[in-house]
Amino acid sequence: MEINVQYFIAVSAILFGIGLFGIFTRRSPLILLLSVEIMLNSCNLALISFARSNGQTAGQTFALVVMAVAASEVVIGLGLVVAMARRKADLDVDHLTTLRH
Amino acid sequence: MPLLIGLPGHLTYDIVFVVATLLAIGSALGVVLARNPFHSSLSLILNLVALATFYLLLQADFLAAAQVIVYAGAVMIMFLFVTAYLGGRGGEPARDRPWWQFALAAIAAAALVAEVIFAVVDQSLAQGPHVADSFGSPDAVGTSFLGRYLLAFEGTSILLMVAAVGGVVLGSRRAARRLPGERSALEHELAPHELSVQSQLIDVETRFEVAGTAPEKDDA
Repeated sequence: MEINVQYFIAVSAILFGIGLFGIFTRRSPLILLLSVEIMLNSCNLALISFARSNGQTAGQTFALVVMAVAASEVVIGLGLVVAMARRKADLDVDHLTTLRH
Repeated sequence: MPLLIGLPGHLTYDIVFVVATLLAIGSALGVVLARNPFHSSLSLILNLVALATFYLLLQADFLAAAQVIVYAGAVMIMFLFVTAYLGGRGGEPARDRPWWQFALAAIAAAALVAEVIFAVVDQSLAQGPHVADSFGSPDAVGTSFLGRYLLAFEGTSILLMVAAVGGVVLGSRRAARRLPGERSALEHELAPHELSVQSQLIDVETRFEVAGTAPEKDDA
């Protein structure tokens, strides 16, 4: 059956926008990581939609790569959060400016 | 594709799409707006399941399964675990934020969404082609991944290994800065007599009798 891929792309754009809004407004590193997850997943949805639109499997293959990237990002990000918590650092991304000076 | 009995295939498809869309957008808003990080994580699980539904609608069967297993199974467990580990500290810092920050963030996000939707709305990609039933099967994805895109596969494996090593390094107790003279839990130092008692205990506990054979005797 033929399907409209446009609607999936639109949903993917809306999800990306919501994730972006979260990145802009929240300060807890955990929530920032969750927002990045939303954005990565919306990109996956767009990739898979275009794969369906073109009838090619390549888009799905790269969606798998994006999943691996997201998993790695979570591992490192959560590791950093735990390390910061262990050093009694303030879990607020506006205060984490040590690397900047 | 008659999924629901008594309804034509395309109507069923549309109903599933609308429900999944509402779920995905609502749960994404829940992730971003919830005060409690635990609620955010639970909302993200709902969001991931809604996305897996989209993947099924787009005939990406294998990716839908991988999405549920990898994300909802593994990644979210880690998120919930870390949230529980942090306790109340993982939440949003209680401070007043300027109102224009919300406004600008909303405008920026809305501009991006509008841009993509305008770019897509009148495109020829509206109708997807007819594809074989095997489209998106593990067979098709695996053949593509391990054939033409082998380099991407190898890059992914290296990336995952680097992430695993990085996770171990960041999570190990040695990474935390300690005061001079402070002991970590792993470097539990024992006095010599405690060590000898422990080694004797281990020696006794690991000396098993194998059925049918006589225990060895120490003649020495």
